[in-house]
Amino acid sequence: AAGPWGRRLLLLPPPPLLLLALAACAARASEITFELPDNAKQCFYEEIAQGTKCTLEFQVITGGHYDVDCRLEDPDGIVLYKEMKKQYDSFTFTASRNGTYKFCFSNEFSTFTHKTVYFDFQVGEDPPLFPSENRVTALTQMESACVSIHEALKSVIDYQTHFRLREAQGRSRAEDLNTRVAYWSIGEAIILLVVSIGQVFLLKSFFSDKRTTTTRVGS
Amino acid sequence: LALYFHSGEREEKCIIEDVPSDTLVIGNYKVQRWDIHKQDFLESAPGLGMFVTVTTPAAEVLLSKLYGPQGTFSFTSYLSGEHVICLQSNSTRFVAFAGSKLRIHLDIRVGEHFLDESVVQAKDKVNEVNFRLEHLIEQIHHISKEQNYEREREEKFRKTSEETNSNILWWAIVQTLILISIGIWQIKSLRDFFISKKLV
Repeated sequence: AAGPWGRRLLLLPPPPLLLLALAACAARASEITFELPDNAKQCFYEEIAQGTKCTLEFQVITGGHYDVDCRLEDPDGIVLYKEMKKQYDSFTFTASRNGTYKFCFSNEFSTFTHKTVYFDFQVGEDPPLFPSENRVTALTQMESACVSIHEALKSVIDYQTHFRLREAQGRSRAEDLNTRVAYWSIGEAIILLVVSIGQVFLLKSFFSDKRTTTTRVGS
Repeated sequence: LALYFHSGEREEKCIIEDVPSDTLVIGNYKVQRWDIHKQDFLESAPGLGMFVTVTTPAAEVLLSKLYGPQGTFSFTSYLSGEHVICLQSNSTRFVAFAGSKLRIHLDIRVGEHFLDESVVQAKDKVNEVNFRLEHLIEQIHHISKEQNYEREREEKFRKTSEETNSNILWWAIVQTLILISIGIWQIKSLRDFFISKKLV
């Protein structure tokens, strides 16, 4: 996954003209965090060239049981990946043909919980830092050092994103738990008081207006 | 602009970006409208615009502007937290009649710094490495900022957990006290009642 700023991380984003030129072999990554209302389905589409290696990774951050249905289809409608009620998953595939690939997240099984879903869709591999077209010699030491720093930082960012999402999920659960405990305590206190005071008055009422009947039974 | 999704004509679509403070967020979008006659999305739709609204974690509106069918917007966060970026078209047609779809291409970049690609091409090899190194340093600063923000959030998480823990303990004590005092009151009240009714 490409991380918080989702593009070829340490490479400069090419200006639009260059992007068109590189369209055939461009590495793109899109990561979006969005809210999926209950009973809703949200689909995303992307044009992918044949032979490109792509990775779809998603995670549910807040809501209910933290699960969502996910489905990935190729341009012919063939389902490449389908999972129900998953909390987190990562799926890599190679595009078998050109066209628009579609992936959908569905919260249709849930009646009243909104889910916040994060996904990261990476298309293609990152282009090399120092492209080898105009090279006469091998990479200098400086350049090799740059390349290894680049790779190391890529994995730092990857871990950072994963950690950030897990922490968000954990925090969401902790806050849910806190509210639930608060409500339950108050509710139970009220029930306790109402029931116990009510019991006493109810018992008293059994004896108060039936005075004549009790004396008759007694004698 | 690669990734796209569909939206109803008057529907507002929002995405959430959780960013540390002082971070530049840049968004690129392109919107196309569905043409009923051609049964396809139009290449360009003149007159179609998008309202872009950005809300800070403190529920203040940071950015609220109308852009054309294609545009770039950016904002710098001054608070750490979840910023909500919403897109809504400025179409004034009635929802029932319109029934039209919009295709929104979206690309959001967080913390990236634009550097001139042509400068890199022009300079010689030494400066190219220099350049890349400068960019690397900037990105490392961003990672460091994210780490600090992560520390803040983890602290909040820990506080919530500890609060829950003490709430549960406090509630258990209060519940026991309530039970005991109610029990005593019940017995006393009933005993007095029965004595007064000359049943005991």
